[in-house]
Amino acid sequence: MSETLRNTALFALAAGLIVLTGMFQSWNTALQIVNMGLVSAVMALGVNLQWGFAGLFNVGVVGFVALGGLATVLVAAQPVPEAWAAGGLRVFAGLALGAASITAAALAFRYLRGGVARALAMLVILFGGFFAFRAVFDPGVAAIEAVNPATSGFLGGLGLPVILAWPVGGLLAAGAAWIIGKSALGLRSDYLAIATLGIAEIIIAILKNEDWLSRGVKNVIGLPRPVPYEIDLQRDAEFVSRAEGYGMDPVLASTLYVKLAYAGLFAVVLVILLWMAQRALHSPWGRMMRAIRDNEVAAEAMGKDVTRRHLQVFILGSAVCGIAGAMMTTLDGQLTPGTYNPLRFTFLVWVMVIVGGSGNNFGAVLGGFLIWFLWIQVEPMGLWLMQLLTSGMAEGSALKSHLIDSAAHMRLLTMGVIMLLMLRFAPRGLIPEK
Amino acid sequence: MDLLNAFIVLANFVLVPAISYGSQLALGALGVTLIYGILRFSNFAHGDTMAFGAMCTILVTWLLQSWGLSLGPLPTALLALPFGILGCVALLLLTDRLVYRFYRAQKAKPVILVIVSMGVMFILNGLVRFVIGTSDQDFTDGERFIISARDFKTLTGLDEGLAIRTTQGITVVTAVVVVAALFWFLNRTRTGKSMRAYSDNEDLALLSGINPERVVLYSWVIVGALATIAGVLYGLDKGFSPFTYFQLLLPIFASAILGGLGNPLGAIAGGFVVAFSEVTITYAWKKVLTYALPEDLAPDSLVQLLSTDYKFAVSFVILIIVLLFRPTGLFQGKSL
Repeated sequence: MSETLRNTALFALAAGLIVLTGMFQSWNTALQIVNMGLVSAVMALGVNLQWGFAGLFNVGVVGFVALGGLATVLVAAQPVPEAWAAGGLRVFAGLALGAASITAAALAFRYLRGGVARALAMLVILFGGFFAFRAVFDPGVAAIEAVNPATSGFLGGLGLPVILAWPVGGLLAAGAAWIIGKSALGLRSDYLAIATLGIAEIIIAILKNEDWLSRGVKNVIGLPRPVPYEIDLQRDAEFVSRAEGYGMDPVLASTLYVKLAYAGLFAVVLVILLWMAQRALHSPWGRMMRAIRDNEVAAEAMGKDVTRRHLQVFILGSAVCGIAGAMMTTLDGQLTPGTYNPLRFTFLVWVMVIVGGSGNNFGAVLGGFLIWFLWIQVEPMGLWLMQLLTSGMAEGSALKSHLIDSAAHMRLLTMGVIMLLMLRFAPRGLIPEK
Repeated sequence: MDLLNAFIVLANFVLVPAISYGSQLALGALGVTLIYGILRFSNFAHGDTMAFGAMCTILVTWLLQSWGLSLGPLPTALLALPFGILGCVALLLLTDRLVYRFYRAQKAKPVILVIVSMGVMFILNGLVRFVIGTSDQDFTDGERFIISARDFKTLTGLDEGLAIRTTQGITVVTAVVVVAALFWFLNRTRTGKSMRAYSDNEDLALLSGINPERVVLYSWVIVGALATIAGVLYGLDKGFSPFTYFQLLLPIFASAILGGLGNPLGAIAGGFVVAFSEVTITYAWKKVLTYALPEDLAPDSLVQLLSTDYKFAVSFVILIIVLLFRPTGLFQGKSL
């Protein structure tokens, strides 16, 4: 079977599974799977960029996705004028102080001669800067969070159209990736993994605790959306008459229409990113990156600055993950920092990349759709399987109820087993690298 | 100025918890550093291995408690510990046979092994949650305090009390015993020396006739024991919850890297440095400073450098500093 035919068949399989969901469960469920599948495909594309091009192991995907979500709030939420007046200036002054002290310490490191004096100078700058930062920053934060804490208690955003948040999310994630990449690249791959694990934890901790920025665990709801609201469609006479002309209930039609609109937007973003990734793959830059990945020693001998190239790819891949995070928060219409769980994001995206095909962009997209579909459907299937297995046991037995309650944890186990099986028996994935 | 009371408060809220936490991290980091030295990859599944070992111990503890067995003032978990170790070692040997051996034979790149260990981590996580559930489990019993705050105050007549919990005392004693045993094993026995030789230079070790599969077997057994002990001590001290062990990965790796990956002494030193940093930076120093400084200099605010929500940020910053300035760690890692 030729390769194109095989790949098309795999994509058709993924599409077919979703159509079956639509027919046997509901079309809304199927379209929801499509939308989150598109978002996951973008995430997988970003991770594949880092892994396939440069062999970088990024265990902090969830942090970059969370930054994308934060960007959506910062760009699209309405500003809260009282909060800005109460403490906005102080907060930014404090942050500027903090950044200045870190820069001053870095400059001291670069320009002073090494030794005790330099270390002492850096310590003094950092400690002094930290205390100055806290002295200016804390009162500002307290003032902001005191403004209407039940409904806002944060600075809000810029009130710009939400589509702009998507590239901004990419930029925020790129910034964080630059910090991590500068510290951890050029060393062993394990160090990058641990450093990315750490930055993800920090980012999520910041989102959960800095109420002035993201309302923390109180969540930011009511984010604007780029598509119409279902309720507005249902009130629009022309839409209702068109829906009834097709023989559909207007409520159902409005929900399907909104999901299809999202799907269209996300598909455009995915196609653009996929096209760019494919062009990069077949460009001299892409060939150089893969050559560096395959034989780093030879590349260094040829004069390639491997660390700089790795940094480039790391930043690009993380930016793509940030865009996906912004898309996801737009789809949800709210920022819920509590849902940013490494197990659910980082791990799942890695399963997508490995199962779909590491090093192949189309493989990453396929992996995104297939694994997302599996993730959603394993829960009802697992429950059904567990009930089947325990049907022989006595009603109300402790073991039976424990097993059925634990069926929810089967998801992770199943995904882990799938990933290990793929790594063992088909390490190149469903659509291997060319 | 009441320096004695200041010291007692410091000891009660900073020194004793930090020493206890540092011992737990040191045991965890020892396991990670051993795997790195001998199997040459960073084992991301270590946190959930600790959770699995602790889970086995908890199940046996419940069994012993249901039979009415106990260890008097000490927690019953200590009796159950050998069985927990057996369970954990069996699991590790199984995962090695099923998962890691294939990649070792292929001489796969270290990053592949790290990805595989991530897969193992999620299976272990799911398994632990499947067997014991997601809620917190309290399996501590026996005497709660070696010396309680009230007894201390009546003994010494001071205003401030120093409480030392049994679990904290056990942690330190167990850690000392385990580390001493480990170093005796590595330095004084032939097997230990062959493990160190294998870690230092694999080819020469093989030329000397050392059996690599034996070395790997012994290292998994030791790591299983270390992980279970660390997990149980942490669970006794702070309560068992499957989610916390994943978060412990960051401080444990920070300790191991700070001390130098592959160097056991470094892992122990790193563990204590990370623990002390975490505790001192997130502690509210107001009370200590109120006692230690003269009246008019006493602070008004809490004097807490970082909120306790950012505990893991401390390990992370330590990690970044080490990576930026001294990636080989304090003790020049990569050799046993």
